Parts: sequence; C-alpha cells; structure tokens
Amino acid sequence: MLNIENISYKVQNAQREDILQNISLSFPENKITVITGPNGSGKSTLLKLIAGILQPTSGKICLNKQDITPLSVTKRANLGITLAWQQPVRFKGITVKQLLTFANPNCAQLSTACSALARVGLCAKNYVNRLADESLSGGELKRIELACALAKGGNILLFDEPEAGIDLWSFTQLTHMFTSIQNATIIIVSHQTKILEIADYICLFQEDGSAILDTKQKLLPKIQQTPTCQKLQEEV
Amino acid sequence: MQIKDSLLQQLTFMHSVPQGAYSLRVNGKTETVQNSAHIHIERKPDGSGLTVRVDAQTKNESLHMPVVVSQTGLNETVTNDFYIGENAEVTIVAGCGIHNTGEKQSAHNGVHAFYVGKNAKLTYMEKHIASGNKTSSKELNPTTVLYLKENATCTLDTTQTEGVTLANRITKAYVGKNATLIIKEKIKTRGTEEAHTNFLVELLEDGARVEVTSRSVASENSKQSFVSTVTGKAESFGHVSCDAIVLNNAKVSSTPTVVCEHPSATLVHEAAIGKIASDQLLKLMTLGLTQEEAENAIIEGFLQ
Repeated sequence: MLNIENISYKVQNAQREDILQNISLSFPENKITVITGPNGSGKSTLLKLIAGILQPTSGKICLNKQDITPLSVTKRANLGITLAWQQPVRFKGITVKQLLTFANPNCAQLSTACSALARVGLCAKNYVNRLADESLSGGELKRIELACALAKGGNILLFDEPEAGIDLWSFTQLTHMFTSIQNATIIIVSHQTKILEIADYICLFQEDGSAILDTKQKLLPKIQQTPTCQKLQEEV
Repeated sequence: MQIKDSLLQQLTFMHSVPQGAYSLRVNGKTETVQNSAHIHIERKPDGSGLTVRVDAQTKNESLHMPVVVSQTGLNETVTNDFYIGENAEVTIVAGCGIHNTGEKQSAHNGVHAFYVGKNAKLTYMEKHIASGNKTSSKELNPTTVLYLKENATCTLDTTQTEGVTLANRITKAYVGKNATLIIKEKIKTRGTEEAHTNFLVELLEDGARVEVTSRSVASENSKQSFVSTVTGKAESFGHVSCDAIVLNNAKVSSTPTVVCEHPSATLVHEAAIGKIASDQLLKLMTLGLTQEEAENAIIEGFLQ
C-alpha cells in the first residue's frame, strides 16, 4: 500500500508557492487510480515526490508501512517504484535497446527487448538499434518511455500523462496496456476521458492544493458538476 | 614486451600480425613493414617516415600502422605520406600508444598527408592512448593533411582516451568537386590533461561536403579547446558539430569560424557544452541505476 501522509510541497519565489498543501492519500493496492485536475494543481509534482525526484517540504511517503521519504531515487526504483515521464528524456549515443536494458537487464536479449516494444505498438526491429535522441519523434519516444516502464515493472507504476503524443488511433491499445497489467498499483495522471473510464479510483486535484480520492463510480458523476471539472473539460 | 603487446591490442584490437599491409614502429624505429597485393610501403630515404601507395582500383584491403613509445624521454616526429589511387577503397588503422614510467617527457608527433584520388574511398581510423605514471608527460601531436580529388570520400575517425598529458591536433583538408569528408572525433581528458583541436577545411569546388562531429568529455581540472575554420569557396556544404560534457572544474571552449566565399556555400556550426543534464541522470536513476552508474552510461553513450 502506498500512503501519502500530510504531504506539502512549496516552492519559493513562484507565482503560487504552495503546490501541494497537507495532502493525505492512500492508493488502493493493485488498482488503477487516475489523478486528474486542472493544470498546475500538482499532479505531476506528486508523482515526482513519490519517485523521489522532488523532496516534500513536509509530510512523508510510506510504501508498505516503510517511510521511503528519505530514500534516493535509485533506492525507490529498486523497491519497485517506476515512473514513466511526461516528457521523455533524449540521450546522445544511447540506443533504445540499451535504455530497455537499463530498465530490465533481460532486455539485453533481443527477443525480450522486442517483446517490450511490441507491448507499446512499436515494430521492434525498426527501433531496437535506433538512438534515443532527436532522430525519434515525440510520439515514438513516448512509446519507448512506456516500454521502459513496463520492462522495468514494479509494484507501483506511475504514468505521467501517458497519452501525450500518442495518436488517437492507438488509444484503445494504450488503455488495454494498462488494464492488462497484473499485480501492480497503477497511478496515472491524465485528463483523458478514455483513461478515466478504465480507472478503479479517481483522485481529483483541486486548484487550492487539496485532493480527494474515491471510487470512479462515486467520484466521476460528482466531479463532472464541479467548477473544477468544468474548467478541466474546457482545457481538454 | 607485455607493454608493447598491450598497447598494440588497445590501438588496433590486434592479437597478432594482421592480414594485409602492416607497419610497426617501436621507440623511434620502424620494426616491421609488410606489403599487401596492392598496398606498397616504402621507407623514406631520409628516414623521416614512410610513403604508402595504394594502387588504383584496390578493393577490400587494409593497412595497420601502430606506433608504440615506451622509452621515456623519446620525442619523435614521423612524416608519412599516403597516395590513394583512383577508385581504390581502403581502410587504414593507425594510432600511437605511449607508456611512460620515467620522469622525462615522451612525445610522438605524427604528420600524415593523404592524397585521395578520384572516386577513391578512404577510411582512416586513428587512436591515441597513453599510460604510465601520473607525473610523466605523454604528448601526442598529430597533424593530418587531406587532399580529396573529385568524388573522393574520406572518413576520418579519431579517438583519444584519458592519459594523454597534452595533445595538439591539427587537421587540414582541401575538398574537391563532389568530394565528401567526414570527420568524427572523440576525446576524453582528466586530471590536468589538455587537448587542443584545430580543424581547417577548405571546400574548393562545387559539391564539396564536410561533416565534422566532435564529442568530448573533460573531467577534473583538464582543459580542451576546439577550433574550426570552414571556408566555402564554391557551391558546397559544411556542418560542424561540437558537443562536450564538462565535469568538475574542467574547461572546454569551442571557437567556430565559417567563411563563406561563394553565395551558394552553406556552412553551419553547432556547439553544445555543459554538464550532464540532470534530467538524463534522474531518468536513468528512476530505472534503478545509481548516480555513478548513470553518469558512466551517459558518458559512454555520448562517446559512442
């Protein structure tokens, strides 16, 4: 179980200093939770805090009752926390296969690397030896980012706007990819209705820095009527 | 003997005398010279170096010519000339390894001139390595001059690993009609090492092209400088790309000069110098690598 306990995150000299204010959430185990909310409400920040890329101003993050707040990014990754980035990083001189192998040493075997790419709809033989640099389009790189996260695996899988850059024709494949993942707590930041539809739980971030989490059945009808959601729909 | 063999293996990946033409220079003397069917090596009468002639139409032949310096205090200059015949396709693997355990400076200054004939294809790979104690000076100063005739293609691939105290690399090229020059340079420095590169390329006739890619990593207190001057004297294309990763207190400078002497010459210089991007480090750490492992992976990839 992943618990966020009284987490606040502040930045200095920003237009809005309090990004997250005293948030407490328990993410249901082995379920899909979709975090949604307006831009700038702290959704991506929360994923970065869970992965250890950012440190909270106060509060703690517990994984299976262990306080992981002081742990490094690497240690959290090795505990099974995996983050697929919103904006994938490009590398000069590192191939797609090498990236996959960093995520999972078994991908050193061509067949395993190819399987990982096939899961995100990429024709593997066209990509394994490509460089993960500017020669790849944003959409291709996004799929490779997802493939790396899936290849690494883990107990807590964090996906930051996985649909960004993915063409609409591939949406069904994308949602199927999430629903086919077994034995992992999946947390997805997304604005997309089709992603919200596959959620077991929804977590709504609000502009005041607070957040509420409940089942999709309970929360979805309510949030559709809130000013926050109406604004969200305008943004989408 | 072990030092010589070890340096040879690092320079040319050879465990034994290779197939094809071959020359081996050790501590200032050319020990072995071996011709192949169409590659002929002659010692210059004045002893200053070698003259290599590759017959026209030669295909799939190679020349290995490593230099080993293991004698402290040796400071040598070698002048080699290469004549690549028309339509020939040849690979030349050269390089110098210095192992200096003494107190005196050891230096190898290789001056190579290549005359690449019409339609010929030359691949020239050069590696520079150095080892020994940290206080001894190990200098490698290669000067390469290339003359490319019509439709000739030359790929110059140079690598310098850590350990070379000082390197002053000068490359001059004169590129003819529809000829293509590709230069790939990889340099790694550490400690107080210095590496200075100077490219001077003249695109003489229509269709001439040059692509220069320099990738370097400078760490600790080392210094590197990259200077390139590309002159377009005809309807030609030149692209120079200099990327460097700077670690610790190292310093890297890139100085571009593009001289357009023809209205249809297109000349571009790009330079990106800086520390390892934090998002690259963090990305690999989220995959489970330690910071050190991530740094090494990024540097290794960068220099691939």
